[in-house]
Amino acid sequence: MRITCPLCGTRDRREFTWQGDALAIHRPARDAGPEAWDNYIHLRENPAGKTRDLWYHDPCGTWAVAERDTVTHAVHSTTLVTEVPR
Amino acid sequence: MRVAGKGLLTGAAPVSFTFDGTSYQGLQGDTLASALLANDVRLMGRSFKYHRPRGVLTAGSEEPSALVRVGKGSQAVPNVRATQQEIFDGIDAASQNRWPNLKYDVLSVNDLISPFLSAGFYYKTFMWPRAFWEGLYEPFIRRAAGLGALSGESNAEPYEKAFAFCDVLVIGSGPAGLMAALTAARGGADVILADEDSRMGGRLLAETEAVDGKPAAHWTADILNELKGMPNVRLMNRTTVTGAYDHGTFGALERVGLHGPADGPRECFWRIVARGAVLAAGALERPIAFPDNDRPGIMTAGAVRAYLNRWGVSPGREVTIFGNNDDAHRTARDLADAGVRVAGLIDSRADAKVTGDFPVFTGGKIIATRGRLGLENITVEHEGGTRIIRTDCLAMSGGWNPSVHLTCHMNGRPEWKPEIASFIPRPGAIPGMVVAGSAQGIFSTSGCLADGIRAAGKVLQSLGMKAPTIELPTAEDQTYALEPLWVVEGKGRKWLDFQNDVTVRDIRLAAQENFRSVEHMKRYTTQGMATDQGKNSNVAALALLADATGRGIPETGTTTFRPPYVPVSIAAMGAGGQGMGFAPQRFTTSHQASHERGAPMIEAGYWYRPSYFPRPGEKTWLDSCNREVNMVRASVGVCDVSTLGKIDIQGHDAATFLDFVYSNTFSTLPVGRVRYGLMLREDGHVMDDGTTARLGDNHYVMTTTTAAAGLVMRHLDFVAQVLRPELDVQIVSVTEQWAQFSVAGPKSRDLVNAMLDNHVDDASFPYMACGSVNVSGVPGRLFRISFSGEQAYEIAVPARFGGSLYRLMTAQAESMGGGPYGMEALNVLRIEKGFITHAEIHGRTTAFDIGMDRMVSLKKDCIGQTASRREGLLEDTREQLVGLRPIAAEAKLTAGAHLFDKEAEAIRVNDQGYVTSVCYSPTLKTNLGLAFLKRGRARHGEVIRLVDHLRKIETLCEVCDPVFLDPEGERLRG
Amino acid sequence: MNYSGLKVIWEGLTGNKGWKPMWRDPVPKPEYDVIIIGGGGHGLSTAHYLAKNHGITNVAVLEKGYLGSGNIGRNTTIVRANYVLPGNSEFYSHSLKLWEGLEADLNYNVMHSQRGLINLFHSDGQRDAFVRRGNSMINQGDDAILLDREGVRRHLPYLDFDNTRFPIYGGLLHPRGGTARHDAVAWGYARAADQRGVDLIQNCEVTGIDITDGKVTGVQTSRGAIRAKKVAMIVAGRSSQVAAMAGMRLPIESHVLQAFVTEGLKPVIDHVVSFGMGHFYISQSDKGGLVFGGDLDFYSSYAARGNLPMVEHVMEAGMTLMPMIGKAKVLRSWGGIMDMSPDGSPIIDKAHIDGLYVNCGWNYGGFKAVPASGYATAHLLATGTPHETAASFRLDRFRTGRGIMDEEGTGSQHNLH
Repeated sequence: MRITCPLCGTRDRREFTWQGDALAIHRPARDAGPEAWDNYIHLRENPAGKTRDLWYHDPCGTWAVAERDTVTHAVHSTTLVTEVPR
Repeated sequence: MRVAGKGLLTGAAPVSFTFDGTSYQGLQGDTLASALLANDVRLMGRSFKYHRPRGVLTAGSEEPSALVRVGKGSQAVPNVRATQQEIFDGIDAASQNRWPNLKYDVLSVNDLISPFLSAGFYYKTFMWPRAFWEGLYEPFIRRAAGLGALSGESNAEPYEKAFAFCDVLVIGSGPAGLMAALTAARGGADVILADEDSRMGGRLLAETEAVDGKPAAHWTADILNELKGMPNVRLMNRTTVTGAYDHGTFGALERVGLHGPADGPRECFWRIVARGAVLAAGALERPIAFPDNDRPGIMTAGAVRAYLNRWGVSPGREVTIFGNNDDAHRTARDLADAGVRVAGLIDSRADAKVTGDFPVFTGGKIIATRGRLGLENITVEHEGGTRIIRTDCLAMSGGWNPSVHLTCHMNGRPEWKPEIASFIPRPGAIPGMVVAGSAQGIFSTSGCLADGIRAAGKVLQSLGMKAPTIELPTAEDQTYALEPLWVVEGKGRKWLDFQNDVTVRDIRLAAQENFRSVEHMKRYTTQGMATDQGKNSNVAALALLADATGRGIPETGTTTFRPPYVPVSIAAMGAGGQGMGFAPQRFTTSHQASHERGAPMIEAGYWYRPSYFPRPGEKTWLDSCNREVNMVRASVGVCDVSTLGKIDIQGHDAATFLDFVYSNTFSTLPVGRVRYGLMLREDGHVMDDGTTARLGDNHYVMTTTTAAAGLVMRHLDFVAQVLRPELDVQIVSVTEQWAQFSVAGPKSRDLVNAMLDNHVDDASFPYMACGSVNVSGVPGRLFRISFSGEQAYEIAVPARFGGSLYRLMTAQAESMGGGPYGMEALNVLRIEKGFITHAEIHGRTTAFDIGMDRMVSLKKDCIGQTASRREGLLEDTREQLVGLRPIAAEAKLTAGAHLFDKEAEAIRVNDQGYVTSVCYSPTLKTNLGLAFLKRGRARHGEVIRLVDHLRKIETLCEVCDPVFLDPEGERLRG
Repeated sequence: MNYSGLKVIWEGLTGNKGWKPMWRDPVPKPEYDVIIIGGGGHGLSTAHYLAKNHGITNVAVLEKGYLGSGNIGRNTTIVRANYVLPGNSEFYSHSLKLWEGLEADLNYNVMHSQRGLINLFHSDGQRDAFVRRGNSMINQGDDAILLDREGVRRHLPYLDFDNTRFPIYGGLLHPRGGTARHDAVAWGYARAADQRGVDLIQNCEVTGIDITDGKVTGVQTSRGAIRAKKVAMIVAGRSSQVAAMAGMRLPIESHVLQAFVTEGLKPVIDHVVSFGMGHFYISQSDKGGLVFGGDLDFYSSYAARGNLPMVEHVMEAGMTLMPMIGKAKVLRSWGGIMDMSPDGSPIIDKAHIDGLYVNCGWNYGGFKAVPASGYATAHLLATGTPHETAASFRLDRFRTGRGIMDEEGTGSQHNLH
């Protein structure tokens, strides 16, 4: 498996750490209520197909959002998380 | 027997080798199988279940029957395919799965009772009495099962791993593969051509047909010469591409040193990253299921041709051929041309056109065979009647199956092609891979050559490269005609899976018992689960299941081929892991000095840290540990704490950032001061703790625990980039840039001042102060922090000065009645003081549980704050951190013991908590423990019973505050 | 048909012609009392216990593929009851007791082999954690023995005790731990349920869950609509998709876990050995293959296949721990889709929709749970109340923070358990 770090280019999967759905970007306000926080921390769409998730390129310390397919493992794009529209 | 003048080994050097203790002569270039056949040895192994005598079935890596052990002692490799192993002088091979010897095998009794051992019989019996399973039945089954044996000794030979990158990976070097490689290479692509054989050429080495007007082997040599001369081509023979993985990654096994005496690497496991690939893996011939079709001497027709045309060996003196297709006729023709007696060609098709100077039986079938340890004769039923033919080798062909295996590795399902009665790959099954030649169901030489050009062109195009014009060499272009023949009915068992002894009857029994799904059939009968992964049997078994269940083959479906294509040794895929190579080793700058002092080193994550520093007269670790604790409490000790994570945090928003990642507040911390911080996970549990120093308005340095250093660094990057990208903050790990030492004890200031160019005093540098210092002329940092409860400092210098500073400080400490201390003493010092480590913050505890709830500031948001307020995490019934003191000071406390009320039975429903850390405190002259206890904070003073079932220890303890020593912190500030 | 050694002999003598189908292939009825979505281990055992313990036999098990096509046929077959946390302890303890009577209960030899499981530890801290675990096991009434280094050597002399990255300090032996033949468990439960009248319907994909006024009324399938007032989703690996048909989001992420088997070898490993430091565990099947595995591939996936980095990591771990397996050759690797939950523990509960039940989140520990999971789910379906051994497996525990069972202590990130 090969992932493209937006800064370093395409690298072996060994250089990356995966960390879940990109919904992590949208952290609720602290008073958003238990439902919102349960949704944020625990509940998942968990799609079989297209997904957006977070990958960390360990050697350069960069977080990226990958648009990816959980069935085929195809990676359609990777974007610096700091450049993802919020 | 060797046939004079035949084959490609003419003039090769003789080689002597041993099989089952007997010495034989072969030729350089022989496989074990070809060399044994040359010596008229047909019996080479025993089958898995019935221990049936077996010879070779094939001439390649798909061989299910002729599996042998090669080498002796720890070098012995079990289950080696005799059809793949090249012989070399002195090679020692032996048969397997037989006792006492290959000819007389006691367990061949299984063959006699085979009616009782039908598919899945074991699910229906051996159930009574229950205790007999582990005691009697299973040990017997285990001993009878298995093929070869491991030596039981540790691997002692080197194995390697390597990466390779290319534009086009061509898998297989037959006509399609060679043309694909040539096309890609002439097109300017970086090409890797991999073939599992020792010699490249594929089927071209096994056939007599001409290519480009030359003998096929000569043409092959010419093409390979051109490829060898090109700088953009890498030829990898003896290299099997074993798996297709995501994004153009392939696994491949190179047999580097298995064809010679043991020196250098045995195998190398390659990770090949290719932008495109051509699969030209050819096709595998399938056997026909006729009665007793498994005797030594019965093999595939293509294998017979390969032995004859490549190795110059005829596997028999009177050969018969049985097939359902025209391709089988070539075997008869080539044998006859070589002067071998062809005792008969049996073609199941009534309308088959055969010419040749040998008896031909069209519309014929083999209905019986005889010969216990090797084929003696066959009974043929044909249009003219029934006759028995004497024969010692039967070449059979049920048609050819394209080698679709790699195309299934990413869940691709091949499609049925009725014209060839087999499966071909679906396009696009592996992104970037194009399939060519007989792997695609094209069986003429000319067709394969052309398809190789086509496939490479397609790959080049996808890479944005131009395909060169390549002239198609002339070659035979015969059509491949066949009529499916899956089984010949008749008395006797008809083998499908030769190794696992799965017969036609087993497939039908599975269907009879309603195992109609192909996966059920496979799993119930074990068909396809032998070492050939069903290469020889899948298609026929599927056809028979389809027939038995009244469905067509496409509706019946297929099982999935999984990686690896051929079995791969664990030593190869795990190369580098043996011994210390499994994980990096990290050493502190004081490592050598500690080692010289005789300190036993212990693993702390990837780091090594000294356990204790023994001195003469100390008999146990505890003696040293007690001395070191007393030393710190009385004078001064030095300890390397460089393994703790150190993270440099700078930027205008550094303070805001820290307020967000720590549960407590850092924006209020004055410059030149240090604060203890508690870090939560977003789920409200404690992630880590440590101190953070404010070196400037916009500059902090954070310490983490040794264990969590990497995790925290990634977490901080996560928070900065994912959650708070608007903050101006830069974060970098400086763990390895700084060597840092704890100096603890009442004399710590004196020791520190002995190192500093400008002395510090208590007023200018009070408890929790920090700042820049000069350490013997070297710019460093000083922190007034303590993990021991004593007056203490941590002194940091750039890592290159760490070793010398450590030596200086330990020498100075010794002159002051102190010295170095290790992990054992460090642990005692912190338990006495009630400081926590990951034994307490083990991932399931909250700030509330460890008594630090007030450190979760509600004045601001922080990671984990909201989740830490969940009702279930704030209940008084939760287990809370407490101290434990045994009622009798010497009574044992053990970490991992559970806590119970004094009189309660020690069972789960009465469980009150558990002990996390224990020590003997030389300061307080008692054993001490830290524990989590239900409602613990309200139970100080209560007597509780500690129970360690495993060590059979029960101790009454008093519950107390976890801070055993100096609760007011006077020593810290002293 | 009753299976026995005598029957095997009689059939052997008469051409094996008398063996009857293991189960029927019934046409789905228009309505059932209970529909179980998922014909895997947990679904089939639920059907069996519904019929056997509660007399509820008007039950359909709807399976998209073939019976046992999910993780029941893709796991590394380990059976153990060695949990540390209350909630898990009693459940897996119950499961192991059911395993011990399973052959007699099912009249099917699932080859449950209590060969002993040894968890190795490599530091004082790990020892303390395993001591806590072992004491939890004994508190629960199960068995555990603490081994020191020499004790481990007596059991596993082939480990590398001298030149290995993480030296062996000792191990926790769980004598009643072991293995079983995975497919046989599915088949045994299927046959037993079928014999009690449960309809096992293969190649029947559920495409919708019908809900009216907050109540379940049935399901839509590739073979038509089927009515039922109670529907249980028991589809680990596909839980999120099926739950989405009922408009639910679950606390589940799907991950791939790879496993490996070598060629058949004569007996060489007699226990189940677990090397937590290297994320490696291994046992030897009765057929002789070394069956082993490691950690997740660590990215969400439904591909049921993995990649080389974890393959190689697992092999490297094997080589540092027991370099005598180096010359064993890996025959096949495969992947399963794991339902990863936020605390690594499962869910058996009612959904907020009346008549809808959820059984999911088995992480990579579902195989050993099959008996107790079916037992508890059947109890919940039949009585409306959780079985006492599974009372902690609540769906709302993450929202409330009450009763989180995080055995690994890695927190709410699904893939870290």
